[in-house]
Amino acid sequence: MKYIDEFRNPQAVKALVHEIKSISTQKWVIMEICGGQTHSIMKNGLHQLLDGVVELVHGPGCPVCVTPLELIDQAVEIASLPNVIFTSFGDMLRVPGSSKNLLEARSEGADVRMVYSPLEALKLAREHLDKEVVFFAVGFETTAPGNAMAIAQAKKEGLTNFSELISHVLVPPAMTALLSSETNRVQAYLAAGHVCAVMGWEEYEPIAAQFRVPIVVTGFEPLDLLKGILMTVQQLESGKHVVENAYPRAVARKGNQQAKALLQSVFQTIDRKWRGIGIIPQSGWALTPEFAAFDATLKFETGHIKTQEPKECISGEILQGIKKPNQCPAFGTLCTPEHPLGATMVSGEGACSAYFRYHKEV
Amino acid sequence: MATLESFSCPLPKLYYDTVQLAHGSGGKLSAELIEAIFLPCFGNDTLNQLEDQATFAVPKGRMAFSTDTFVVNPIFFSGGNIGDLAVNGTVNDVAMSGATPKFLSIGFVLEEGLPIEELRQIVESIRYSAQQAGVNIVTGDTKVVEKGSCDKVFINTSGIGFIPPEINFGIAQIRPGDKIILSGSIADHGMAILTKRKGLSFQSGIKSDTAALNGLIATMMESEGTIHALRDPTRGGVATTLNEFAGQSGLGIRLQQETIPVNDAVRGACEILGIDPLYVANEGKLIAAVSEEHAELVLEAMRKHPLGTQAAIIGEVTNDHPKKVVMENAYGTERIIDMPIGEQLPRIC
Amino acid sequence: MCLAIPGKIVKIYTENGLRMGHVNYSGTISEACLEYVPEADMESYVIVHAGFAISVLDEEQARQSLETWDEVTDHLKKQGYTVENAPLTDKTKKD
Ligand code: SF4
Repeated sequence: MKYIDEFRNPQAVKALVHEIKSISTQKWVIMEICGGQTHSIMKNGLHQLLDGVVELVHGPGCPVCVTPLELIDQAVEIASLPNVIFTSFGDMLRVPGSSKNLLEARSEGADVRMVYSPLEALKLAREHLDKEVVFFAVGFETTAPGNAMAIAQAKKEGLTNFSELISHVLVPPAMTALLSSETNRVQAYLAAGHVCAVMGWEEYEPIAAQFRVPIVVTGFEPLDLLKGILMTVQQLESGKHVVENAYPRAVARKGNQQAKALLQSVFQTIDRKWRGIGIIPQSGWALTPEFAAFDATLKFETGHIKTQEPKECISGEILQGIKKPNQCPAFGTLCTPEHPLGATMVSGEGACSAYFRYHKEV
Repeated sequence: MATLESFSCPLPKLYYDTVQLAHGSGGKLSAELIEAIFLPCFGNDTLNQLEDQATFAVPKGRMAFSTDTFVVNPIFFSGGNIGDLAVNGTVNDVAMSGATPKFLSIGFVLEEGLPIEELRQIVESIRYSAQQAGVNIVTGDTKVVEKGSCDKVFINTSGIGFIPPEINFGIAQIRPGDKIILSGSIADHGMAILTKRKGLSFQSGIKSDTAALNGLIATMMESEGTIHALRDPTRGGVATTLNEFAGQSGLGIRLQQETIPVNDAVRGACEILGIDPLYVANEGKLIAAVSEEHAELVLEAMRKHPLGTQAAIIGEVTNDHPKKVVMENAYGTERIIDMPIGEQLPRIC
Repeated sequence: MCLAIPGKIVKIYTENGLRMGHVNYSGTISEACLEYVPEADMESYVIVHAGFAISVLDEEQARQSLETWDEVTDHLKKQGYTVENAPLTDKTKKD
């Protein structure tokens, strides 16, 4: 496949690994923010190639993992209402709520449908004017433009039977929160390439300056990841701490202007709870008052649902890079992909699940 | 006489356009359905007797017997329909024992309101697939359920085949050093279905690979290489079948990622949806564990068969890492290929 | 997060007032909203996430990256490090 296979070329992978090894004088701790990057690292075994040179810590960049339990409970509640068609990306269907997940709700009669794009949900709203169509709008800045477009479009078309249950989270506040933590070990960040494709990377510059950490915008293919790691190690070795771009074919400094403009009019920044981490100030998006009619939490009055997370689960520390999944006492015993306790075990790219599948005993 | 007639069923007209509850009542309408739809297509000496059971002569030795029920949404997809699946699926399950599949039973559960035309198409596919596979449909049954009680049509097929005297395939025969041969590209069927599901808005050239594999297996057996075990990697894909090999034999399996054929469009769809093709269903592929010294011989024979042109040795059986399937990639790193957890769902992250 | 891969635009149209397109990923074609990439044209490679094109792939930048990696491998070869396979970029095509 064009622009994919070239970036998986084994000889260049070997060359880049060699280069990284030859310039590093100590073992650096680098966090990849994005769960998609974690997935690619594990799947391709890049951590095995860099063993002893770089410690890759898996960040909180999986929207499935950080969506708080109470939002899943709200989703299940709304989906179970008569006359509701509840739509969601496939990712969220198996995430356990405090009593059940969306697939179980479906088996009990709820009309839960999987969509690949929020526009599919909108189409359902057009086709079923007699029903309420709700879309579970999870994700980071990458997914937000699509979810925002669906709302703007619903408003334009006067589709009052469409709403979104919004759980949008933002990357930079989470990075700041992690770096501010007393237990922080992270010395540099690989920033998430596709988040930056939308937002650009200017907002990372104050973080790099304040905490004196290198931040490198990085893509997802093996060569992209190694390039990002190489540039990070170069900075670390020379004592620099700036934002650089290792993914220029997809990311521009200012990001995607059209997307940013719509995001600004549809969303406002709010404090948001992250599963396993807690509330991070100004780390989420909610609809602006102008679009409040499309907010499912308001429409179905589910805001009162609050839920505690299971005590055994240390996914918070894992998301912060303080502990590795195999340090969790429940890992692989009480908690497995079949019976997940925490969301980091649910999502294929959650750190616990990725560990369970790719790392176990190899 | 090579008229068009001989290639399709000569079907009389039915009074109704859709399936009615009474079609399953055992009364007049049932008889009409059998005579108008089923007999013209499946007709053979055994079936035509319309007895409550099929009777046939049995050769000496061992028999293989298998059953499977087919529910698929959508029932028509690129490369086939539920009828093809129902025949090929059971033929393959029987054939994996080394048996020559001979007889099939067919049971339909029809949803009230199913267009007769769709039923005709499915039945026609069953006829065609059975003919291709060289099996006779010797007994059958139809029930009709109220609308909403099933999804259009469910089909159960059972198959019987006869195993040649010297043949004894099974996971217990697998030995360290055996080569793992895969008969062709993976994930075609599962991705053909998935990309046709509603809500994904895809168009793709991906075709289901549904096919009867008994011909290919016969070719492999004729090559006189020592085949230890055969399985068709259907639900759960290649990863599941290989985990069954490893788990039940107590041995390890080592795969080479680059040797596993995946068609371009399938790869594209898997990349966008975040799906690992190793876990996606196939309906016309087989995996064989073959003794090391005969692997090339068997492979060569397979490649000459139309269903085996892309056959490849994708790995080997080892004493290392017992009960585990480990895949090496082009970078020299490795990962465990685990049993899947539930059905793979398309993901965005 | 954010699975997104590059594909080529093979059709552009308007639906419900939105700029939409068909994007081809090695033979699998899916619909994508092109509102956020007004600069994208037929044959452009776009990066699509959850049904929305979020970025037009900069082919010049892609080529440059690949060339840098070729240089790295060339450099290593000269140092006697073994690197097999062909170069990443098609050097014969360059003038
Ligand atoms: S292994 Fe399970 S319980 Fe432990 S941190 Fe991970 S998700 Fe939580």
